[in-house]
Amino acid sequence: MTQSDQRNQPYALESKDLAIYYSNFRAVKDINLKVIPRKITAIIGPSGCGKSTVIRAFNRMNDFISGSYMEGSILFQSRNIVSPDVDPVMVRRKIGMVFQRPNPFPKSIYDNIAWGARINGVKGNMDELVERSLQDAALWDEVKDILNQNALGLSGGQQQRLCIARTLAVKPEIILMDEPCSALDPIATLKIEELMRKLSATYTIIIVTHNMQQAARASDFTAFFNMDTDRAGIMVEYGITTQIFTNPRDKRTEDYITGRFG
Amino acid sequence: MPRETLDKNILNIKEEIIMLSSMVEQAMHTSIGLFRSRNIVSAHRILVEDADINGKRYAIENAILILIATQQPMAHDLRLMAAILEIATELERMGDYAKGIAKLVIRLGDSDYPVPTTDLEKMTELGIGMLHNAITAFVEEDYKKAAVLPQEDDKVDALYVKVYQDTIDKLNALPSSAIQAQLMFAAAHNLERFADRVSNICERTVFIATGEFMEMESEESDDFFQNEDED
Repeated sequence: MTQSDQRNQPYALESKDLAIYYSNFRAVKDINLKVIPRKITAIIGPSGCGKSTVIRAFNRMNDFISGSYMEGSILFQSRNIVSPDVDPVMVRRKIGMVFQRPNPFPKSIYDNIAWGARINGVKGNMDELVERSLQDAALWDEVKDILNQNALGLSGGQQQRLCIARTLAVKPEIILMDEPCSALDPIATLKIEELMRKLSATYTIIIVTHNMQQAARASDFTAFFNMDTDRAGIMVEYGITTQIFTNPRDKRTEDYITGRFG
Repeated sequence: MPRETLDKNILNIKEEIIMLSSMVEQAMHTSIGLFRSRNIVSAHRILVEDADINGKRYAIENAILILIATQQPMAHDLRLMAAILEIATELERMGDYAKGIAKLVIRLGDSDYPVPTTDLEKMTELGIGMLHNAITAFVEEDYKKAAVLPQEDDKVDALYVKVYQDTIDKLNALPSSAIQAQLMFAAAHNLERFADRVSNICERTVFIATGEFMEMESEESDDFFQNEDED
């Protein structure tokens, strides 16, 4: 698929009747989510509603959990990435993940970018790639003189932006973020949110967050997940973020965002 | 800058306030000109265009509600949101005064009653000038400028008293002009209230900067025409 073909796709990712199981337990069901390209989509909902399960499914991270399997489909670039004949490593190269806790390698700042890129087969001028990735992650000015220092010496917020830079270095289409700010202070959190806004000009971003205010501030679209009576996670409502937070259609969404849940 | 998105949105809404204020200024300017032109088509257009002013006010309110819901503004930012809601309401009401004057012209029709056009135009010019300065002070959050602007209202009040007395005199001389005189009272009253509402806008600008509510009354604002329930 050429780049212009990809640009013409209506959705960056689309799940259809997605259900995810952990052995006998159905963790989520009936997830029909159409992710708009180059926008920020937030998934919110109470603990146990399956939002992390779903985002991990989007780059086949649940494959690491034994007994986990999926039904339904996840369409990405016209292919169903749930299918066993799709190489999960290729999926993860195109759909990157930023985790809850920043997890830089115990190596230099430079190598954190270069090493990940090299093992993912990225070729070309590594200095340029490192600089561009750090620039795009709004970290370059803070680290350009200390590229050889150990990444673990950076602050939490800087480490998280380094992890974002590392993800950008392999040129993904979609960036998944699973609670990327939960270990950060409010200012570092706002910096990440502004960075997400800038990155959304180029990348599709899907973020799972416990922090409703963060979803309200930082996303274009919001999906509210909740647990059904059989404890399986369902998507209750999905819409434009401003509508979800000012005039939700479903009473369960209203109850959750106004703190009258449960 | 960590709050770039919020700041950009605030700037956009301030621009919308400037736009709304311009629409109100234009409406009042056109309305008062109708006393000379007696252009009934133009007067009806003012009535129709008032809906645009109302629509802009609601669009601004909606944008503020969305910002409060999604961006969690605090401290100065929160005061600014609250103030903009008030200022948009003031501007919409000021637009209603322009509409009111257009209606008065329609009722006046082609009557040859000697309208005190010059004084009414002076009141309008002063009111629009005050509004323009008040909105500039608001956009720049210049609370010192906002704090002194309401004093200019004294000139408008003086003209109001003058039009009132002139109209009484004409009424005494020609009792059959009662209906036209009543239209003049109403026109002058609309213009006086127009300028009063500029003071309310200035109060909000001071509030944004200082967090304090300060009632701003010009020295002569306690005149006997003042209707207490109109604020």
